[in-house]
Amino acid sequence: MIVFEYARATDIADAVRQKAADPGAKFIAGGTNLIDLMKENVERPSRLIDISRLPLNRVEEAPDGGLRIGALVPNSDLAYHPLVEQRYPILSSAIVAGASPQLRNMASTGGNLLQRTRCYYFYDTATPCNKRDPGSGCPAINGLNRMHAILGTSEACIATHPSDMCVALAALDARVLVTGPAGDRAIPFAEFHRLPGDTPEIDTNLDPGEMVTAVELPAKGFAENYTYLKIRDRLSYAFALVSVAAALELEGDTIRQARVALGGVAHKPWRDPAAETALEGQVANDATFSRAADLLLRDARGFTHNTFKIDLARKTVIRALTQAAGATPQSQSDKKIR
Amino acid sequence: MAQAGTVVQKPAIPLPEKIAIGLTVNGTRQHLRVAPWTSLLDTLRDHLDLTGTKKGCDHGQCGACTVLVNGRRINSCLTLAVMQDGATITTIEGLEANGSLHPLQQAFIDHDAFQCGYCTPGQICSAVGLLAEGKAGTNDEIRELMSGNICRCGAYPNIVAAIRQVMGQA
Repeated sequence: MIVFEYARATDIADAVRQKAADPGAKFIAGGTNLIDLMKENVERPSRLIDISRLPLNRVEEAPDGGLRIGALVPNSDLAYHPLVEQRYPILSSAIVAGASPQLRNMASTGGNLLQRTRCYYFYDTATPCNKRDPGSGCPAINGLNRMHAILGTSEACIATHPSDMCVALAALDARVLVTGPAGDRAIPFAEFHRLPGDTPEIDTNLDPGEMVTAVELPAKGFAENYTYLKIRDRLSYAFALVSVAAALELEGDTIRQARVALGGVAHKPWRDPAAETALEGQVANDATFSRAADLLLRDARGFTHNTFKIDLARKTVIRALTQAAGATPQSQSDKKIR
Repeated sequence: MAQAGTVVQKPAIPLPEKIAIGLTVNGTRQHLRVAPWTSLLDTLRDHLDLTGTKKGCDHGQCGACTVLVNGRRINSCLTLAVMQDGATITTIEGLEANGSLHPLQQAFIDHDAFQCGYCTPGQICSAVGLLAEGKAGTNDEIRELMSGNICRCGAYPNIVAAIRQVMGQA
């Protein structure tokens, strides 16, 4: 591993101050992604600022009926928190669909948002990568790209965001609370992660000196009609080829409100207002779901080895909406897709 | 040996100082000085001679390094010893009590739940964590919640049987 300094932050202000004093420093909380990337020489921080002991580890009810999740709440604690299981089961389901129990015990809420792509070329310092080494090129575009993006790609990068949890947070319209030298602000989830464009080295709209302190969920949790359906090469402990978080509000068999977020297909969790609008006011049936799937994938573009994802995503959207409408969410232990 | 005068002197790179930490490992308080980049796994194996915990992939993908930190199962390869200052750690060596095997250790023997044995300490520590979490009831749930532990000999059916045996005793 690389050589670096280590310091513990005494409070949030101290963490922000330490970061401002050393632009090469990085915050560390769970460490499951950052330490791995440091072993691979992909991340080379001069200093680690350990924020894991800061008091940001509570799940609290918000005055508006929503939930405020501290940035240091471990993924497993969040997934199994009674209020999350009751009111936001789509979030519980997405979290337990990802990683392993050991990793979920370590990984933090904020860190899950900030984890980096698992693109093979990003990880391999012997190859060019515009995300790791801006301007060096993207070997994935004409290389091994089975896992890569089909939506929102650019000439510079076709990497995907690997999180499952974030797909559910996108569907729930979460907000990310951050703090930094310029003070506190809230970032709507859809604006937190970025598309690669010509700056794929920048994953999020977090400023370099800022730190995630919490994630807020609005009151509406879609606890009746939801699913998180994840399609992958292995049944467990694998990143998504395609995943869909689908949440509906039904009145009889008419859709009043719809949320559909896709994972594994883009540089960020993918939502499309046109597809959701097309669902609203319609009868929840195959024809309606097909139209929404077509809209979601209308600009999809495949590469050498991942063109299959376009049809897979279309079918996964339709199946997920069927599961949500039927109030038969996907089980994350019995993996049969019904 | 190089002759004096032929050695090219490289400027010394100043290394950060080692950091003093305290860990309670298998009931024993340990005081150590470690470099910031020392993983908990390397600390257990190389500093405390507790080589029961295995290094498989060293990237959090195989689960061979699973230990219990403050009662929760984690991958010891993906955390730094300095981050765990003050923690209580249980490794495979700490599971027996008064000379008797932990019920899961006995169940792994009863069900022949290993072949080469390299993944076994991680499997057993992971299963201790799984039982404490109390989220597994069915075989599907045991399989899913043990998915962070890879067994290349393929002893999976017997591992599930061993865990079921101990769940039945609870």
